[in-house]
Amino acid sequence: MTAEITYLEAIREALFEEMERDANVFMLGEDIGAYGGAFKVTDGLMAKFGEQRVIDSPISEIGIVGAAAGAAHMGMRPVVEMQFIDFIANAYDMLTNYVATARYRAFLPCPMVVRGPSGGYVRGGPFHSQNPEAGFIHTPGLKVVYPSTAEDAKGLMKSAIRDDDCVLFFEHKYLYRRIKGVMPEGDVTVPIGVARVAREGKDVSIITYAATVYKALEAAELLATEHGISVEVIDLRTLAPLDDEAIEKTVRKTNRVLVLHEDTRTGGIAGEITARINETCFEWLDAPVLRVTAHDVPLPYAPPLEDFVLPQVSDVVRAVRRLAAY
Amino acid sequence: MAAAGHPSGLSRERQLELYYWMRLTRTLEERLVALYRQTKVVGGLFRSLGQEADAVGSAFALERRDILSPLIRNLGSMLVKGATPVEILKQYMAKADSPTRGRELNIHFGDTERGFIGQISPLGDMVPVMAGVTLSFRMRGEDRVGLVYVGDGATSTGAFHEGINFAAVQRCPLVVVVENNGYAYSTPTSKQTLAKQFIDKAIGYGIPGERADGNDVIASYEVTRRAVDRARAGGGVSLVELVTYRRKGHAEHDNQSYVPDGEIERWEKDNDPITRYIDRLQGELKFKVADVEQVDARVRAEVDAATDEAERSGPPEALDALVGIYADPPREQPLWYRQDVASAVDAHERPEGWGTWQEGGRK
Ligand SMILES: Cc1ncc(C[n+]2csc(CCOP(=O)(O)OP(=O)(O)O)c2C)c(N)n1
Ligand SMILES: [Mg+2]
Repeated sequence: MTAEITYLEAIREALFEEMERDANVFMLGEDIGAYGGAFKVTDGLMAKFGEQRVIDSPISEIGIVGAAAGAAHMGMRPVVEMQFIDFIANAYDMLTNYVATARYRAFLPCPMVVRGPSGGYVRGGPFHSQNPEAGFIHTPGLKVVYPSTAEDAKGLMKSAIRDDDCVLFFEHKYLYRRIKGVMPEGDVTVPIGVARVAREGKDVSIITYAATVYKALEAAELLATEHGISVEVIDLRTLAPLDDEAIEKTVRKTNRVLVLHEDTRTGGIAGEITARINETCFEWLDAPVLRVTAHDVPLPYAPPLEDFVLPQVSDVVRAVRRLAAY
Repeated sequence: MAAAGHPSGLSRERQLELYYWMRLTRTLEERLVALYRQTKVVGGLFRSLGQEADAVGSAFALERRDILSPLIRNLGSMLVKGATPVEILKQYMAKADSPTRGRELNIHFGDTERGFIGQISPLGDMVPVMAGVTLSFRMRGEDRVGLVYVGDGATSTGAFHEGINFAAVQRCPLVVVVENNGYAYSTPTSKQTLAKQFIDKAIGYGIPGERADGNDVIASYEVTRRAVDRARAGGGVSLVELVTYRRKGHAEHDNQSYVPDGEIERWEKDNDPITRYIDRLQGELKFKVADVEQVDARVRAEVDAATDEAERSGPPEALDALVGIYADPPREQPLWYRQDVASAVDAHERPEGWGTWQEGGRK
């Protein structure tokens, strides 16, 4: 009952339970059926639900995302796997031009989920490490979710499948087997659009999501014990729509904010969050909002290069100390 | 037209060279497996075991001035085009002086001088790119052709379709080689296409298509050579299907649980391209056992020397990460919190679950 399961298993549990709950839910993707997916997220689904509902597709991202949209118009609830989220770029046209505009321009609902392994710190090189959320957050009509805990991964997946619009569900592959959690009893969803306080604090806030939540928590521990700085960590969980209320609340509480993400800097969501804080909470700030992000570089393969490009705990510590010193 | 004992007009030296490239491919990959198990290969490891003939034979049909775009099973094609074992080893091991200086992984690199352009992971993308490469040959009246590989799986991408169609309409001097190895990761060809054979797709593009036994190195050479000659003579795009079999998993971590029992063993026993060619060399072509053994010894020595050299190289410097995104500026500046920091971590962790992941074990 109270056994811990991994972030990855939590996602699988959500898929199982949603397929059981609603016969309209079905899976589409490359190698997701007989093989159970490149990371085994969908392992066992085909055995349980059959080839009709767990479809091994050709290597055709445009095809499966487009087909999901059509099926969704007809009342189905497709869940499409990108073998790596990097390949969502192939379906960019379908998602941004077709899916994102469907409700607004044609009153056609697209209740579908596009999910897949995302993110770096795994020596995956430039095409198996990406965080492409910014391009989709920028597109009105899409919702974007990126959980950091096993419980949220499960609860948000359930919400994503039940949502009446298209939800892009980013799963961090560095967290897949590293992060574990105990699932709540019963059919529990986590609402889309609501952030979470991952650690309470009073001096400085770190607003972040996905794998860098753990960089923030590690830094917070260090800052507390070594520098006497109390850090609050906000895990956004959903990137579109942003939880403005949670952001404002933490700004008003600590008056010093660091926005942290693994995505590259220019055009990343940290810029958007910073702008919103400026607009709504300027008088609450005791320091400029700072960003810790990846460098603006395609993510390289060699460990010293990847580690240099991506944000690390020591960067967070440095940035928080600068904020605290204002 | 080949004289007896001289298939395809290949000299005896060239006949033995085909064997050399296939043996080099296999021995080099075996060395990579050893390095992978020692965790010296940083990411995943991709094998072309059982596909050496289609890679080597097809690339052998090109001239040095021609340009080829390899895929993940085309280590042999790259070697024929002049990539060296030490480059391959350094690349897999993410060394500072690897061809991409640690930026890209496995065999994702190229050299336009030697005539090969590095692939990217998104499948199919190299087809339109090679359409453009060969379009430029045509526009400038250069006597050069291009060759691009796609897997059976990659033929399902939009990029493949758009690229081959555009090249066909423009009558680009391009050979598109479909390496039909039965699987795309775990997906059998029957779930990839209802076409009975990939050359059936050529009809739809209005181009010639020809199919051959990809485990026969001479047949792979000959069929590709015909397409290359056609392209060189102004005959435009051809589709060549080389039928082969992927005996290893998609990458080393893949335990091939989806493969029917006995299938791999059958291909290994009855249809190993290297064994088949050795039989032919020593039979019909009348080479001596010693000729073949000499090649084996040479390959072993070369791979040993390359390994020693690759192991001596170090990892890249962290700050090299910021070099070369644009021609101008030539380097990015470190972000403010890294201004005077050489490395932001104490140790470069090598995550489980990537490359080394073995849940369920090997088959
Ligand atoms: C557009 C795109 N989608 C998915 C992938 C993930 N992927 C990498 S290799 C592969 C299978 C490739 O099969 P095939 O084209 O037959 O080549 P093979 O590995 O058999 O040589 C897949 C699905 C990818 N690289 N690119
Ligand atoms: Mg294949």
